[in-house]
Amino acid sequence: MASKVFVYVDHFNGQILPASLEAIGAAKTAALALGSSLTALVLGEQTQSLAAQAIQHGADDAWVAEDAKLKDFRPEAYASVVAKALQEAAPEVFMLPTTARTRELAAMVAVDLSTGVAPDVVAFEIKDGKLLATRPVYGGKIFAKVVISQALPQIVLIRSRVFPGPEADPAKSGPVKKIEAAVGEVKSEVLGYKPSDGGVSLTDAAVIVSGGRGVSNNPSLTPPAEITDEREKEIWRAQQGFQLLRELAAALGGAVGASRAAVDAGYVPYAFQVGQTGKVVSPDLYIACGVSGAIQHLAGMRTSKTIVAINKDAEAPIFKLARFGIVGDLYEVLPALTKELRARLGK
Amino acid sequence: MNIVVCVKQTPDTAATVTVQDGKVSWGDSPLVINPWDEFAVEQALRTKEAHGGKVTALSLGPESAKEALKHALAMGCDEAVLVSDPGITAPDSLVVSAVLAAAIAKIGEVDLVFFGRQAVDSDTGITGAQVARRLGWPSLSLVAAVTALDAAAKSISVARMLDEGRQEVKAPLPAVVSVVKEICEPRYPSFMGIRKASKAPLPVWSLADIGISAPPQSALTWPEVFAPPKIETRCEVVEGDSPAAKAAALAARLIEEKVI
Ligand SMILES: Cc1cc2nc3c(=O)[nH]c(=O)nc-3n(C[C@H](O)[C@H](O)[C@H](O)COP(=O)(O)OP(=O)(O)OC[C@H]3O[C@@H](n4cnc5c(N)ncnc54)[C@H](O)[C@@H]3O)c2cc1C
Repeated sequence: MASKVFVYVDHFNGQILPASLEAIGAAKTAALALGSSLTALVLGEQTQSLAAQAIQHGADDAWVAEDAKLKDFRPEAYASVVAKALQEAAPEVFMLPTTARTRELAAMVAVDLSTGVAPDVVAFEIKDGKLLATRPVYGGKIFAKVVISQALPQIVLIRSRVFPGPEADPAKSGPVKKIEAAVGEVKSEVLGYKPSDGGVSLTDAAVIVSGGRGVSNNPSLTPPAEITDEREKEIWRAQQGFQLLRELAAALGGAVGASRAAVDAGYVPYAFQVGQTGKVVSPDLYIACGVSGAIQHLAGMRTSKTIVAINKDAEAPIFKLARFGIVGDLYEVLPALTKELRARLGK
Repeated sequence: MNIVVCVKQTPDTAATVTVQDGKVSWGDSPLVINPWDEFAVEQALRTKEAHGGKVTALSLGPESAKEALKHALAMGCDEAVLVSDPGITAPDSLVVSAVLAAAIAKIGEVDLVFFGRQAVDSDTGITGAQVARRLGWPSLSLVAAVTALDAAAKSISVARMLDEGRQEVKAPLPAVVSVVKEICEPRYPSFMGIRKASKAPLPVWSLADIGISAPPQSALTWPEVFAPPKIETRCEVVEGDSPAAKAAALAARLIEEKVI
């Protein structure tokens, strides 16, 4: 029997993403509710080990497309292959993790198949054979239930770190079917790639230590004499300050984030920005240092499991969302906290 | 360069958005140009300033969306067009992309289309890629920098911001580019620009005008909207005589509660 549920396996540098495992887990739940098996869809230059991992994590079988032209993810190429596979299999649900790649891929596949896409889904239920997906809109101020009723498959991208990633069963195996890699004409060309510094991706991080405009507030740091401009001095101070955040993040195996104010002031690059116009994150622990907690910042981190605020101002709005707080100067608290955690966690 | 920039009108991000009678409401908060689209307009203007040509701002929406287009005109766009039709109700991205692609085709001989990365109301971030797919043009999303643009050879290179880092991609024109905030700093509309925008003609195209005979149907509906579950938090402010004592108390609590 053909699967009613397909799941897309996103990967990078030959590694399956944690978000893909979470999507497999979510898709398996949907498949069970629909009384169906689950098929993993894997595209790339080399797909064998990825397909095997998808099956170990819950897929019943896998369809793979392999081609040198699929080495770099290019949305046009991937979309053509995926759309063709879905046309052939005619599943009811197509689930993907929400990543930069899959957002574009799902968008294009939906055009090819004239169907709808629900990105950033945080919950779903199966009702009368239909999938009812919940997703945050308006920067998380509202939740909407979404139904794709007019066409199939229902394309659902699930948000990272919301659904648990299933445990692997190394003994499990299943059939792997090779499908045609009908890539078609691909106009774009990937010239190069530069990984972001820090290593841990914000969207995957279990712990995030975030800094706001408050990080610039250390008058006792003396910038080198060659920096004379006041704004440059402020940036220099803040960049030294972010080093304290990096050390705390490293002690916890986490990533560093920032508010828009910190990014706009030039303390850290935009890739660090958390919030409505930055990244949306849901770590287990979010430590906000010198962040006031503006509504647009909260939009990006309010789903964090535990929020800790470190702020000089006891009235800062961030304390309304935080589970734990320290009222104090981050320049005094952070080094002490890093030292304390290193000692207690044995690092 | 014949450039189109697509803009949407959205509630201000500072608006208090609530649900009233099963409908989303932002009270009397202003409707503004989608903040992401200001970066797209700026990048479109800079491209024109460097390579010549013209910039047309394009929007799909009700009559009120003219205000977002006027903002784009006041920033310096040469022309603006609104697509508005009573046949379009509650459009999803499939409908929006079909309409925008048809309008772009009508504008004709377009080299580049700019989008903001997403709209701050529906938050989907897929419309740009869908328009590209419909037109058969390359889609370059999450663009943080245009690293090269050769108008004569009709090619563009960009740096894209992926989750894992930066990717450099090259594509032939015409292409669709959706931008992130890092790409530029949007200019403020000038006084002269605002005056010009208030007088500029603002044609409204119907579906028939862009060659669509039957209104496209949404594949997706929002049968229910609701306020997010209230997060019941009571902040436990950790006390201590010194920063070190506070830090120690916090570490102890985080470990006790199995947060770490
Ligand atoms: C359209 C739009 C989109 C936006 N998108 C985003 C977004 O994606 N992400 C985002 O973050 N913001 C966003 N913003 C901006 C947002 O409104 C706020 O301006 C921003 O979040 C404030 O950043 P902040 O908390 O770092 O700075 P501030 O509000 O300036 O707060 C600094 C805080 O640091 C504290 N502080 C100062 N010194 C110290 C010290 N030594 N130790 C401890 N505490 C100290 C202060 O008490 C204060 O609470 C957006 C705004 C708009 C209009």
